[in-house]
Amino acid sequence: MLSSISETTPRATGALRALTNKRARGLHLQGWLFVLPALAAYAAFVLWPIVQVVRYSFYNWDGVAAARWAGLANYGTVFSNNQLLTVIGHAFELILFFSGIPVVLGLATATVMRRFVTGRLSSVARTVLFLPQVIPLVAAGIAWSWMMSTTGAIDEVLNNVGLRSLSRSWLGDFGTALPAVGVIGAWVLLGLCTVLLSAGMSKIDATLYEAAQLDGAGPFREFVSITLPGLRQEISVCVTVTVIAALSAFDIVYISTVGGPGFATMVPGLEIYQLAFLNRQVGLASALAVVLMALVIICILPIQWAARRGDQQ
Amino acid sequence: MAALPSESARRLTPSATNKEDMTLNAATNNPRRRRVSAALRAPAVATLLAAAFAANPSVTSVASAAPSPAPASFATNCGTKPITMLGYFETGFPDAIDLAKLFTKQHPNVKWDVRQEPFAALTQDAPLWMSGPNAPDLIRIPTWSGLVKDHLLKNMDGYYKTFGWDKFPASDLAQLRVAPSGTPTGVGPLWGMGINYSMTGVFYNKALAAKIGMTSAPKTLAQFDALLAKAKSDGLLPVEQFNSAGNGGLIFPLQYLMADYNIASSGSVGAINKWVFDQPKATFNTPANLKAVEHLDQWIKDGYFNSDANAVPYETMMSRFEHGQGVFIFDGDWESGNFDSHFPGKYGFFLFPPLTAGGKQGAMSAPLTYGISATAKYANCAAYFLNWVATNPAARELNVVQGGSNPGGPPNLPIAPVKPGTVTAQTLAAGNVIAKDDGAMGFIANATGSIDAEGLTPAVQKLFAGQETPTQLLQAVQAAYKQELSAP
Repeated sequence: MLSSISETTPRATGALRALTNKRARGLHLQGWLFVLPALAAYAAFVLWPIVQVVRYSFYNWDGVAAARWAGLANYGTVFSNNQLLTVIGHAFELILFFSGIPVVLGLATATVMRRFVTGRLSSVARTVLFLPQVIPLVAAGIAWSWMMSTTGAIDEVLNNVGLRSLSRSWLGDFGTALPAVGVIGAWVLLGLCTVLLSAGMSKIDATLYEAAQLDGAGPFREFVSITLPGLRQEISVCVTVTVIAALSAFDIVYISTVGGPGFATMVPGLEIYQLAFLNRQVGLASALAVVLMALVIICILPIQWAARRGDQQ
Repeated sequence: MAALPSESARRLTPSATNKEDMTLNAATNNPRRRRVSAALRAPAVATLLAAAFAANPSVTSVASAAPSPAPASFATNCGTKPITMLGYFETGFPDAIDLAKLFTKQHPNVKWDVRQEPFAALTQDAPLWMSGPNAPDLIRIPTWSGLVKDHLLKNMDGYYKTFGWDKFPASDLAQLRVAPSGTPTGVGPLWGMGINYSMTGVFYNKALAAKIGMTSAPKTLAQFDALLAKAKSDGLLPVEQFNSAGNGGLIFPLQYLMADYNIASSGSVGAINKWVFDQPKATFNTPANLKAVEHLDQWIKDGYFNSDANAVPYETMMSRFEHGQGVFIFDGDWESGNFDSHFPGKYGFFLFPPLTAGGKQGAMSAPLTYGISATAKYANCAAYFLNWVATNPAARELNVVQGGSNPGGPPNLPIAPVKPGTVTAQTLAAGNVIAKDDGAMGFIANATGSIDAEGLTPAVQKLFAGQETPTQLLQAVQAAYKQELSAP
């Protein structure tokens, strides 16, 4: 008997395993079938073009004529050309405005809204704050260009409150053009961050705040010890989205300054466009695009890693 | 509608980005692929770059097989069979469409499928459209070099002989001649034709000019300097000028001053044209040009321009000038019709004054250029149309009366009469002066495809902001020029 059991059990186990494997394989295949349409679209419209751009970056090509192999020369140009390096530097400066201001202000706004703005007013406030996300960036860029001109609203206000000495052409001044572009980006992204963070705050257990208040915690302590840790995931999403927006900025800059004055607001996205479509140096433009993509990944991975690590703790 | 300088006198001559003689490879290009719009989101920059240049760089297309030869024999009319010409015209220039309509009226068998595209789209996408299976018969060409080098344009030398275009002023066609390798310009086969000709100078507000005691156009640069100083001291803005990024309007006075100082030093504007046409050893960094930049720098320091020029686009300048701000603007005759129809009697025009009274004068003068695709279905009819525009009395009248432009063509053909004293009359008369003085210049912003965006505009913006000296400006522009011309 024992021997028969010992003989049949491995067989039964093997059969079971085979069945399980077969079912798993079936499920696995089913999963792939479900994913296939999206994967095909993603591969055709994202992955394959990326592969192509990487390929172009190794050629000298004007977009029409036959290309000539260039090896790593285009990458050499990207890393040795001062102007291109300055352009990349501008993208990092924009992170301060596109990411820093919306996340910090968004946290403050969401906290204030949670504590003091309730009911219908809260919905109205959220809608108003989110509106810039709905407005096309081109329209936003044009509107801000008007407001930042010497006859625009900002200088009018400054002139009327006795600060005429501060008024200037904000987008035409070498010293203020990049921060001015940054302010437009911050305005666009503030609403998104505020709404995301507000949604995150609504998920935090209210009893935690009650307990903290019973222990004598003030609003600042509540914010640091409960709100911030509870919003780790949302903050991570906000930072990720806004950093990508900063590093890959194009439309706002194109509409408001076209990279000027001089090259004061030139950013990689716009430089890639000019290299490819004006200079017709598709290889160099592609190399800069690949470098930009790598920079985005390098900046985003630590943020994602830090967020995951925080969750595990 | 105000025509942008970028859409008219500017950027009409070739871009030169690649020097190698290459074959085409547009087998998979989409002829209707549009420019990257402002909606381009940079996370997808790589994707869009790939999408925009979907052609495989290693594939050779049929279109590239050989340069387009000058046609030996062909029909010199559009025949009698019904045909539909595919035209890519520039948005904002209704004259071209009106000319096409007039042509159909006279040649009922010819219909038009006209697609209007903005200047930027024409610059970016012309190679893709022209290398596609449905290449335009007639297309507004902003830059020539790359198209010539890539064999996308029809060689017009045959038409030149057959239609007798040798009777046209050679200077009108110089900007349309490009060496088969793409550079230099001004020599080699003819690749296109202008449907009218623009010229630049100085517009003034008559009421404000009277206030500063200007009774006639200044005869010398010193007199003009004095008028600027008087306007400033009287509390008026001497010059309203655009100079925003991508729209460096200070390039206009810079080139006027360059013309003056070049004529003073060498007797002609030849050195400037040599640079514009990418001729060997041409340089921007010359003593005459240095004097010009220094003069402009002094105007900037004297506060003769609107303080926000670096953020003022062309349209804003026009709007302000039409609302009485600024005694002068530096602009081109594409505004003549606008001033005459909307502000009759309020504005005047004069050519930029020379250094010495009675001296030669220079002005940027450029054709509104059209070319024919190498693989165009109705190339002969397109060439016939271009000849008709320059020689047909009704077409010439339309160009002058409606567009306020010089119709070009043989000098012995009459120019339709315009009302004396109008801005159009002044600009047409000025054209004769420039022809007599041989002072026509290509626009320096057209010297290469990106010299405006990458060299000149940033340089004049820096000069305006006091961030660059005149010497540095010359060096920076020349460096950008050399870099582009030597790009692989």
